[in-house]
Amino acid sequence: MSAQFLQFLLAGLTIGAIYALVALGFSIIYNASHVINFAQGEFVMIGGMATVSLTAIGWPLPFAIAAAVLVAALVGLALEKFAVEPARGASVVTLIIITIGASILLRGVASIVWDKNIHALKAFSGEAPIQIGGATIVPQSLWVMGIALVVVLLLTWFFSRTLIGKALLATSHNRLAAQLVGINVRHVLLASFGLSAALGAVAGILIAPITFTSWDVGVMLGLKGFAAAILGGLGSGPGAIVGGLVLGLIEAMGAGYVSSAYKDVIAFVLILVVLVFLPSGLLGSRSTDRV
Amino acid sequence: MFGRLAASRFGGLAVLAAIVLVLPLALVNNYYYEVAILVGLNAIVCVGLNLLIGYAGQISLGHAGFFGLGAYGSAILTARYGWPPFAAMAAATLGVALLAWIVGRPILRLRGHYLAMATLGMGIIISIVIVTEDRLTGGPDGMAVPPLTLFGLALAGERLWYWIVGAGLLVAVWLALNLVDSPHGRALRALHGSEIGAEVTGIDSARHKVRVFVISAIYAALAGSLTAHYAGFITPGKVTFFHSIELVTMVVFGGMASTFGAVVGAAVLTMLPQALTLFKEYEMVVFGAVMMLTMIFMPKGLVPTLASRFAAGRP
Amino acid sequence: MSLLSVEQLSKEFGGVRAVADLQFSIPAGKVFSIIGPNGAGKTTLLNLLTGVYTPSLGRIHFADRDLTGQPPHVFAASGIGRTFQNLQVFFNMTALENVMVGRYLRESCSLTAALLRFPGLGRSEAATRAECEELLRFVGLGQYVQAESDAMPYGALKRLEIARALATKPRLLLLDEPAAGLNPTETLEVDHLISRLAASGITVVLVEHNMRLVMGVSDHILVLDYGRQLAEGTADEVRRNPRVIEAYLGSDTAAAAAQGGD
Repeated sequence: MSAQFLQFLLAGLTIGAIYALVALGFSIIYNASHVINFAQGEFVMIGGMATVSLTAIGWPLPFAIAAAVLVAALVGLALEKFAVEPARGASVVTLIIITIGASILLRGVASIVWDKNIHALKAFSGEAPIQIGGATIVPQSLWVMGIALVVVLLLTWFFSRTLIGKALLATSHNRLAAQLVGINVRHVLLASFGLSAALGAVAGILIAPITFTSWDVGVMLGLKGFAAAILGGLGSGPGAIVGGLVLGLIEAMGAGYVSSAYKDVIAFVLILVVLVFLPSGLLGSRSTDRV
Repeated sequence: MFGRLAASRFGGLAVLAAIVLVLPLALVNNYYYEVAILVGLNAIVCVGLNLLIGYAGQISLGHAGFFGLGAYGSAILTARYGWPPFAAMAAATLGVALLAWIVGRPILRLRGHYLAMATLGMGIIISIVIVTEDRLTGGPDGMAVPPLTLFGLALAGERLWYWIVGAGLLVAVWLALNLVDSPHGRALRALHGSEIGAEVTGIDSARHKVRVFVISAIYAALAGSLTAHYAGFITPGKVTFFHSIELVTMVVFGGMASTFGAVVGAAVLTMLPQALTLFKEYEMVVFGAVMMLTMIFMPKGLVPTLASRFAAGRP
Repeated sequence: MSLLSVEQLSKEFGGVRAVADLQFSIPAGKVFSIIGPNGAGKTTLLNLLTGVYTPSLGRIHFADRDLTGQPPHVFAASGIGRTFQNLQVFFNMTALENVMVGRYLRESCSLTAALLRFPGLGRSEAATRAECEELLRFVGLGQYVQAESDAMPYGALKRLEIARALATKPRLLLLDEPAAGLNPTETLEVDHLISRLAASGITVVLVEHNMRLVMGVSDHILVLDYGRQLAEGTADEVRRNPRVIEAYLGSDTAAAAAQGGD
């Protein structure tokens, strides 16, 4: 394997892991409520920016991270409680507009609480590049991939072994049935928003040392996460992960081998091509309408 | 009385025409004219987009792309190749229609969020290409656009453009109303109601979806061309994902499946940011809050909610 | 004279054979019923006959045209109309507009004429409106001419779908469980409506559970069981067919019937 290819591969897996985490956030909320939360990217932003602020005033990194994730989760809960819950019966398009409004509001708040500058977060374990088979990566990349893997394993355990996780799954399959067996669907919705926000925040914190963070970093990351979720098949956990990794790889390969300016174009064109042939994404369910 | 007036086809159009005719009395300086022109241009795009979203029940998060292609098409043909402006506008619009037709056929087979993603991707692709091909488009800084000329005379100035855009809006609304109130309009609404029900009743859903997609793209492209010539300048800022979202928000906010709703939505959401500048750095916060609160309390959009309040008030 | 015929018609969904090897023809001008236990494949068959599903195997011929593999709107244009078991009413439109959609196939209106509101359009719209009001009255929905479809009761909505299908001027009308969810009075009205439809020259194909309705109104009956063709013939023939009795009522009853004679 050529060193250059390996380089791009590792870069792709790094950013792909981030996209996968954001995409998982989209999928979890979509499964619970059939809403696409366009404010998902702002959780990513909150994670990174809050950690930067807290470490800047002297908090040790682990505490700053924990606090930032907690703040993001609380914002997620607030979003569900005050924006999504009141509009429960509305159409999908209306809910999309509400979450877009929330995203604008959160960005506005971020620009006031923090500022409009770009900020860097210190890398978790230093910046000394590591050599792997001719390719160079920063230690932070290993953190990204490692933590992302741990998170995915934790989520798998959560959904298959804990009662709350199974309640979440049940609600996503059939809300009425879940209610009938005593699952409090409102709590499930809250939990899904909180969980997705935490996931987004973790992604934002992990990537901040590499790509920096700012008040509007959530827009593009949210968009890419949405694209990854769709690519993999909306509502599918494995799909979100596959979609995220594939998107990251396409971007890295596109930037490396073709053109850095057009890397996003290549990625979106490929997503469009996939969707034309697989209208429900790579791992999405191929269902026929029952009439 | 207003309820019935708004409901009848020509009633609504007459009210709009009256507003367009009388409004200049309230426009005290150039800035107000600018805002009015901007409202009109956004309204033209929204009327077309509403045909796609409100009536046919599809979604597009990439219409700023069509707007941008219309604008840049006009700009490039006139500024770089010396084409006469009206010819350039026609060519750009035709080009966009062709693109919408080619792209529409495969992607309109997608549904819901997948269609949203596909249109989103299309819009982003267009915006990146425009920014990157800077030798042709001037890149991130944009490019200058020669004014529209009629028989050699340059059409410039706020007051003249107010009437151009006003007339354009009235024509755009008239065409849309005609379409909705025809067998084709019913076919579109049937598609929205139940695609399978429409198909077995003989409606070629794929063909109709592509057609309304192309029509809405034409509306956007024409508005884009007009914007470019009016402003004398065009930047990629108008071709972004943000602008696409803005347009969809205007349509939903004003009320879907309501042509006048689209106009009202465009008006309110174009003027709102201008009004909100007095909040300074809180502008975004307030704007976001207004969007959220309106959709939470008026989920059907402004015009349908107000219309049903009027209807409820009168027996 | 057979209006619609199918040969070796099969449909598979990921390994599950919903219908297999169906071979029958529907004569013009008669009332043809398709019956069978739940899961027998009746609605799948209907979806195949209207182009909603594409056959995995086999062919569908309608009035000398091979329609196999065509999309639903081509089936509709050829003269096949249908109603749905799970209503597919256009709830975003009024009752009258629902029926008017059915006229789209049979009127020609170019896009330009619509956009620019050519003079003839007003007159043809008025004519369409009148015809569709008449159709609503024909199916017994005269009182709902001004109604919003989402305000109408279930029984009326089933008839609305029939009116909409009739507006396409079908030669063959497929009704998917038109009496489901109706009380005995409403069922009798459906019975009469089917007779009126048949009398007006339309070939009616009925998918139904209600045996009394089926036996009373049908000229021919096709019995399906687990996606396969169990029996086909007149109402009397089918009623006495031991395999049919076995499928519906169990083998003891079939044996008893065979011994006891008719």
